[in-house]
Amino acid sequence: MAGTSYKGSEITDVDQFINDEDGLASDREKEIGQHIGYRYDVNLVPDYDRITPYLTRYMETMGWDDLNWLEDIHMGYEEGRPAVFDRNINGWVSIPEDVVMPDNQQDRDMVAREMLLKFQMSPNHPLVQLRDAYRKF
Amino acid sequence: MAGLETEGRSHDMGLHNEQLSGRKMQTFFSPDDSENVVYPWAYDVDFNKRTEIDMADLTPTEVNIKIRELMAEGYGSIVIKNPGSRHSIGVGILNKLNITYEGSLGYFGCGLIDGPNVRINGRVGWSCAENMMAGTVVVEKNAGSTFGAAIRGGDLVCKGSVGSRTGIDQKGGSIIVGGDTGALTGFMMQRGRMVFCGNAGKNLGDSMYDGTIFVGGEIQSLGVDAVHGELNDVDRAWLTRKLKLYDMLPEKGVDHFTKIVAGRQLWNYDNLEPHEKKIVL
Repeated sequence: MAGTSYKGSEITDVDQFINDEDGLASDREKEIGQHIGYRYDVNLVPDYDRITPYLTRYMETMGWDDLNWLEDIHMGYEEGRPAVFDRNINGWVSIPEDVVMPDNQQDRDMVAREMLLKFQMSPNHPLVQLRDAYRKF
Repeated sequence: MAGLETEGRSHDMGLHNEQLSGRKMQTFFSPDDSENVVYPWAYDVDFNKRTEIDMADLTPTEVNIKIRELMAEGYGSIVIKNPGSRHSIGVGILNKLNITYEGSLGYFGCGLIDGPNVRINGRVGWSCAENMMAGTVVVEKNAGSTFGAAIRGGDLVCKGSVGSRTGIDQKGGSIIVGGDTGALTGFMMQRGRMVFCGNAGKNLGDSMYDGTIFVGGEIQSLGVDAVHGELNDVDRAWLTRKLKLYDMLPEKGVDHFTKIVAGRQLWNYDNLEPHEKKIVL
């Protein structure tokens, strides 16, 4: 019966979804062949001691005292690769393979924030083409 | 037979049963290519360049267009006088900008924004900052129902009290309220954080999927699948920093706050269940 118990598994290791692409731990996940739940802790708040110079410059430019919407951005994992979710394209953006992954989630989250921001601010971002095609004003 | 005909029509219309596995799109991007910190289409505005709009004789549409024109001219600080509680003012601003409203806003004020810092010196009606993506919105007095509906990011602050269904369907960001909140606050919340320095009404966090709710006062009742969490040091540090930012830190600190999280009993999304239901039914 739906809605009576949590059928997913807990995140136990920072490299869990790199080492185990499928992420099937609980009985239910193995039964259906699908991971249940997020592949990162959505409630983890950022450690500002680990902020990068690029992110600091972004905060200053926007006139914010903290990371604002980027507090919700985390390094996730898609098909066994580190990736960050871009809400503007509703899809995952893979982290380039030459980017070295730090050994903890807080530093990885800062890498994800910087990578996502650079992607969104790039003229190559798909939203630039969509805007040109569909904008009304 | 009728079902088969319906299925045939749906196929003719281009609808098919398919596994929802997502689509890949290859976009060539190097992180070294971009050092921008604003969107490529953003207006280049200067916070030190300031102007005013008196909207006593303007419609909301005229004001929204005027704001855009002023951003195009490089104005980074805009003061709106006499907003007169009219609806849908200051919506769809996708730019860095400081904007101040000297008065109150009606329904759906400051919705769909991505970046600006907004200050409202009066009250706001229903659904203030709905679907907000980024930026800060600070309301000095009270707010109506569905404050921050479907907010996705940024800080939405009300220094007074708010109505019911605050942050319904919240998908990110922080909603911070100095006073009380009404019934069904955090209904279907998916992620992000809410902070209430006062009391919360009935069915707090009903059907919440994820995210965190902090309440400094009394909670009338919890909704389905909302459970108590343990307030840890990271939470305390975050609460203290965030409340200080907006001069809302209670004199007694944050240790008395109650933390509410999802019980995860409603986490039932998997590809097999629709098939199981078909077999059962």
